[in-house]
Amino acid sequence: MAFLDLSNLQKFYGTNHVVKDFSIGIEKGEFISFLGPSGCGKTTTLRMVAGFEVPDQGAISIDGQDVVRLKPNQRNIGMVFQAYALFPNMTVAQNVGFGLKIAGKPKDQIAERVTEMLALVGLKDFGARYPFQLSGGQQQRVALARALAPSPQVLLLDEPLSALDAKIRVSLREEIRNIQRDLGITTIYVTHDQEEALSMSDRIVVMHDGIAEQIGEPFEIYNKPASRFVAEFVGTLNLIDATVEDSSTGRVKVAGQHLELGRSLEAVNGATVSLALRPETVRLGRIADGDQTLTGLVEEVSFLGSVVRIKVALGGNHIVLDTFNRTISKPPSIGDQIEVSFPSESVMI
Amino acid sequence: MSDVTVSKPKTTRSWAWLGIAPFILFAVMFLILPTMHIIIGAFKNQQGEVTLDNIRNLFQPSIMASYWISIKISVASAFFGCLIGFAIAASVTLGGLPKWIRAPLMTFSGVASNFAGVPLAFAFIATLGRLGLVTVLLKSWFGINIYAMGFNLLSFFGLTITYLFFQIPLMVLIVTPALDGLKKEWKEAAQILGASGFQYWRMVALPILWPTLLGTFALLFANAFGAVATAYALTGSSLSIVPILLFAQIRGDVLQDPHLGYALAFGMIVITGFANGIYIWMRTRAERWMK
Amino acid sequence: MSKKIWSWLALVFGILYFGLPLLGTLEFSLKMRRGVYSLDAYAAVLNDPQFRATFSYSVIMALFTIVLGVIIVVPTAYWVQLKYRRLRPFIEFITLLPLVIPPIVVVFGYIRLYNTSSWLPLTGSAMGTNILLMFGYATLSLPYMYRAVDTGLRAIDVRTLTEAAESLGANWLTIMTRVIMPNVLVAILSGAFLTFAIVIGEFVMAALLNRPAFGPYLQIMGANRAYEPAALAVIAFAITWACMGLIQLVTRFQKFSRVAR
Ligand SMILES: Nc1ncnc2c1ncn2[C@@H]1O[C@H](COP(=O)(O)OP(=O)(O)O)[C@@H](O)[C@H]1O
Ligand SMILES: [Mg+2]
Repeated sequence: MAFLDLSNLQKFYGTNHVVKDFSIGIEKGEFISFLGPSGCGKTTTLRMVAGFEVPDQGAISIDGQDVVRLKPNQRNIGMVFQAYALFPNMTVAQNVGFGLKIAGKPKDQIAERVTEMLALVGLKDFGARYPFQLSGGQQQRVALARALAPSPQVLLLDEPLSALDAKIRVSLREEIRNIQRDLGITTIYVTHDQEEALSMSDRIVVMHDGIAEQIGEPFEIYNKPASRFVAEFVGTLNLIDATVEDSSTGRVKVAGQHLELGRSLEAVNGATVSLALRPETVRLGRIADGDQTLTGLVEEVSFLGSVVRIKVALGGNHIVLDTFNRTISKPPSIGDQIEVSFPSESVMI
Repeated sequence: MSDVTVSKPKTTRSWAWLGIAPFILFAVMFLILPTMHIIIGAFKNQQGEVTLDNIRNLFQPSIMASYWISIKISVASAFFGCLIGFAIAASVTLGGLPKWIRAPLMTFSGVASNFAGVPLAFAFIATLGRLGLVTVLLKSWFGINIYAMGFNLLSFFGLTITYLFFQIPLMVLIVTPALDGLKKEWKEAAQILGASGFQYWRMVALPILWPTLLGTFALLFANAFGAVATAYALTGSSLSIVPILLFAQIRGDVLQDPHLGYALAFGMIVITGFANGIYIWMRTRAERWMK
Repeated sequence: MSKKIWSWLALVFGILYFGLPLLGTLEFSLKMRRGVYSLDAYAAVLNDPQFRATFSYSVIMALFTIVLGVIIVVPTAYWVQLKYRRLRPFIEFITLLPLVIPPIVVVFGYIRLYNTSSWLPLTGSAMGTNILLMFGYATLSLPYMYRAVDTGLRAIDVRTLTEAAESLGANWLTIMTRVIMPNVLVAILSGAFLTFAIVIGEFVMAALLNRPAFGPYLQIMGANRAYEPAALAVIAFAITWACMGLIQLVTRFQKFSRVAR
């Protein structure tokens, strides 16, 4: 059995079936993200782990011990909330030391641990301040230190960065990941931001309507999505309508042009299928021999800094592709006829 | 805030004074001057000389007894008003009662907190007086004769119960929004850090609510301490609380010394002012963590 | 679920404590005729010329007090909001004073300060005393009136509204009556109904200034009659309830019209 084991969790709010048969085993020290659109049941699942909600069915165990019966204050779990939730009447140091004080630790031990935790989150000199004197990012660091101070077995974070500015989000997510790795603490991280999930996690659980659609490493989730939902939710996806010409060889027709996918298709000849392509697998121009090529008209060019995103019209379809911004070559302009190419293996159906 | 008058200095400035002049004039003439007159009068004798005699004369047993019973009633009704009002507000906001109860409760509290004075006394005479509904029902249904047991509406206990009728709702009105301001995450954060419900209340919720509670207590205290009408209508002059003594003094100089009346009134201001002073002092201590 | 049980207990206690006196009063007020419930006490009260005289007197006083309160409070709250932000704590302190200084002390001061031998002998004539009483009532309602209006002004952006009106060339009076007043009307009305409820039953000031108001009348009835006071208490409670109901009504109406806009 895994260190943190959720099996067949179910939760209803009235007749609203919010979590449907959710299972996952999380190894000790693993960093798992729950990724999904808002309302899909991520928070509810997390709150069942924390003990704030009781599952209608299923089991949760930590280190072999069944915890469903235990109250939140008996589970030895740390949690970071979206809205910081620092106690406004306590200083930063008192906030961080709260869990230890409750546990009845002696004063000097608390003080030592608080100093250690504040150093860990880079707020060494902020112990005497009150929460209202801190920025959002600083408050969230304190919240993290507070959650970690009593050395919990499991750390839960519910969209901890979504209230912060983009820049702080990026730096803080690296910091959280580093601290997590240093302490080796088993962590569940809830987010609706795929970039966050992809960059931080050992494994990702993509959730949809109360179901775990796919569980896997970021690489797997991104490149081998198990379902259409996963493919669309994680990353940008080009969807192109194609007509099957020969399902055994994988020959299809897109806007009057032929593509050889080089594998057999499930659809019958003459059926319409959608092909899915990640923007970064599509290249400008004809590059390698084995690649498939399509010709279309440039419809939009957006300059995103290091990357240029080009939207190409193919009959009724569009392909978005990303190319690196190189100083030597100018990107094409709107109305140009261009060729785009991609390896046939990168096409998802 | 930056100074808006900068753009057109002359005209706005002369105008602006006029805007608050009526208020200042009103406050000075009908609030501050009359109060000052009483305070100064407390330190003068009939001949207009400065003296401490009036204040000294307050320390005679009968007047001290009046102050003492007044303070007791005010503290008791403020304390239980806070306690019970808090319990009711907490039940409705945090206790999981149906949501629809809230709106009627708040409306009723608005009404009851303003239902003071003479009619309130009538209501309690009709309920807990010798022929009141509850008195009679207790006697005929349960054989309990509360008057035989020493209950008296015209007493410390009776007056406190009566005052609670406006004290409790006032507390409910003030503390309900404060309870709404307690974030659910605070409780959850405390719980997940190992705190029991009691520890959460003691270490987080109560300290956060403390300034509101203190302020309300001071307000309720002053509210009860200055109340005349209810007590007068209930007891006539038989229960000698300070405001009733002062009322009788103003009407007929029962103390046979007009300047002792000033001193009596001055004592009332000192006590309510003292209560509020304590409140302000404790609040500044409790509010270090506020913006 | 013991929390829920305690909550229900607290609520039931509240309902009993507040319900019984109201029930007791109502029941008592109906018992004037021996053996049966009747409205005799109410008839007696309503036919009493004293009742009509004192009640009308208090209603008129209440209306004048409201007007006075509006004149004093609205421009001040507006000005503090617009130009004198620094004065806010000071003004707020003054508006809260009536909650600290007992009314009996204030009226005692009036009697001594404005008596017949003083520089402003207001108590010398009936009209003068009425005016003095009106100012006294205004101090009683000051905390509530100021708070209501101040909250109302904070909800709208006074500065922007004023600047907009000024840029259209409106003068101060126009700004006040056409722009600010309509926007804080609901707040003023709330304050007004509350003032009404306070003034109607007020006892101490009217009694000590010897004016024939409703409060002292109630007290005299209480001292001399048995059943009429209960009827009067029911009537007073109904009036208070009506005032609070009206406050709710205007507030709700405002929410509605805000959304509709
Ligand atoms: N306390 C609650 N009572 C009723 N419904 C709720 C409650 N909490 C969440 N829900 C519903 O459950 C669903 C999942 O919510 P949640 O777990 O918060 O989603 P997420 O965190 O993925 O955005 C939503 O449809 C939400 O409306
Ligand atoms: Mg959520």
